[in-house]
Amino acid sequence: MDTILRKGVSRRAVLGAGALGTAMLAMPSVLRAQDKSLKVGVYGGYFKNSFDKNIFPEFTKATGIAVESVAEPTGEAWLVQLEQAAKASAAPADVSMMSQVSMIKGQSTELWTPLDVAKLPNSKNLIDRFINKYPDGRVAGIGAVAWYITLVTNTDVYKEAPTSWQALWDPANADKLGLLALVSNSFLLEVTAKTFFGGTNALDTEEGLLKAFDKLAEVKPNVRLWYRDEAQFEQALKSGEIPMGQYYHDVTGLAASEGHPVRSTFPKEGGIQDSGCWALSRASKKVDEAHIFIDYMSQPAIQATLSRKVGTAPTVKRELLDLTDKEFAAVSSDIEPILPRYDLLTTKADFLNQKWTELIVG
Amino acid sequence: MKREPPQSVADYGPLFFPAGMLLIFFVVPFGTMIAVSFFQRQQGGFYTPAFVFSNYERFLSVFFGGVLGFSLMLAITVAICCVVLALPFTYLLSKMARRLQVVWLVALLSVLSLSEVIIGFAWSTLFSRTAGITNILVELGVMKQAVALSPSFGAVLTGMVYQAFPYTVLVLYPAIVRLDPTLVEAARTLGSSPLRAFFNVLVPALRNTIMATLIMVFIFALGSYLLPQILGRPQHWTLSVLITDQAIYQSNMPFAAAMAVFLVLVTLGLVALTLLIGRKGEKA
Repeated sequence: MDTILRKGVSRRAVLGAGALGTAMLAMPSVLRAQDKSLKVGVYGGYFKNSFDKNIFPEFTKATGIAVESVAEPTGEAWLVQLEQAAKASAAPADVSMMSQVSMIKGQSTELWTPLDVAKLPNSKNLIDRFINKYPDGRVAGIGAVAWYITLVTNTDVYKEAPTSWQALWDPANADKLGLLALVSNSFLLEVTAKTFFGGTNALDTEEGLLKAFDKLAEVKPNVRLWYRDEAQFEQALKSGEIPMGQYYHDVTGLAASEGHPVRSTFPKEGGIQDSGCWALSRASKKVDEAHIFIDYMSQPAIQATLSRKVGTAPTVKRELLDLTDKEFAAVSSDIEPILPRYDLLTTKADFLNQKWTELIVG
Repeated sequence: MKREPPQSVADYGPLFFPAGMLLIFFVVPFGTMIAVSFFQRQQGGFYTPAFVFSNYERFLSVFFGGVLGFSLMLAITVAICCVVLALPFTYLLSKMARRLQVVWLVALLSVLSLSEVIIGFAWSTLFSRTAGITNILVELGVMKQAVALSPSFGAVLTGMVYQAFPYTVLVLYPAIVRLDPTLVEAARTLGSSPLRAFFNVLVPALRNTIMATLIMVFIFALGSYLLPQILGRPQHWTLSVLITDQAIYQSNMPFAAAMAVFLVLVTLGLVALTLLIGRKGEKA
């Protein structure tokens, strides 16, 4: 009994001393990291987990700035929160990854602190369209990541990969498609314009828009599922229940690599390229840290890491990247992409939403 | 014990807590929603406080009228299906041995623990071509080849009835158990068949309960927005689906609020109408 007690005490003491020692060793670095810190908003779930694991620790090591990542809700809820908080001079996150539509909406209330390009030497690596500007030319945001929505098929049902978005209109595909349910995330008007009317400029006029809606209405009999929930379509695509549709290129590639009978094809008209920007809330005081962070993220090496580890398409120019052809093809394509008309999705939001809802529900 | 009407403010004391809760968690949010429904929508931005009717004007169209009509029709159909199924079920349940009743009730309660998402996905698999129930029929030689039963109106209805059925049973159960068994016995002694006794004696005796259950299931079904999306085609989407689209994806809070207010008003109107007709029927 006596020995047991003594042993117990001594073991506890050793453990205690060990823990204290570790804590003391760790303390200085914690303190140093806390000197400079940055709250970064990224989409919750897969994105946040990947960034926490693959990107942020390296950034802290390289710059000494600690990153506290904040999970953003999808949709525009985060924009609303940032906006409300900025009115009270608070910033739930300093830098946030924002959708293009949110960038434009935030510009209308001067929510984004203009960025100083001189402090962002790496921003010259970016493809021009990934620099988000205020109408007067000030920089509102810098492209963080991009991703593609492509034409996907079940390989058991379609032995040959389709080559064009026209496959969506093919009467042979009646009741076989799964398409995104919202005008603001499916970008099908742009696809229609590029496939049949020579480019997304055809949507400039109201007449052009109505023509695109009419053409798009012809797709309706082919659509089995208009989905909001990605898992719903992914499951149906894998099982062959709904063998064709539009879906995310990287996720489809991942599913194919796990052995599911699916493929993602860049049609000859191009895949749909959507992207997110890093933007700094006007309520944030961490302007310098934010510039260091955004500049760090714009390095070709980091963009390549993102492509390999997170599966996003790089926002920097292809020739600066050390990605192999296979690695590049897994996340992107050299075919000129279809770029969503974010301007229309903000200025004509209600008109487009009304026509769209009437088109698919009516 | 004789009940005295409350004399002083203190006698009303016990009411303060529930009244306060109702105020904070219902009246204030609902009031905010009504206020927002009159605000001015800023396209490409948010909204500004104002007093405009444009949100209601946009709703008053043939298109939204159709969606509202469908939503009400769907909810009424679900309510009727649930009660028609649950009434004989609960009656038979009440005749069972106590232990069996408990087993059934626990099984029904466990359905309530399933989320709408799980119910939706489970039914969409059961109704699929590749893994669904029609494959069993093909095995049995009843059908030539497997077909997809979803998305369709039938699939939406099945999912929603499945979801609302346990509630229906739980609401009907106490009333049926408490029903005087001599009523049916008397009817039987006077020569009615069991079926006739059920319809001529039991159903009229439960009239008020049935009405209340119908209304409860109707309101429950009206709020459903996931099942119509998972199991239906766009023409089977309820007004709740469109409200969600406006609020979450379009950031058009004023229009979403106006639609929600409209839905609540129509619902209250229908419930009031039902109660009114019920009362008239009672007098006659």
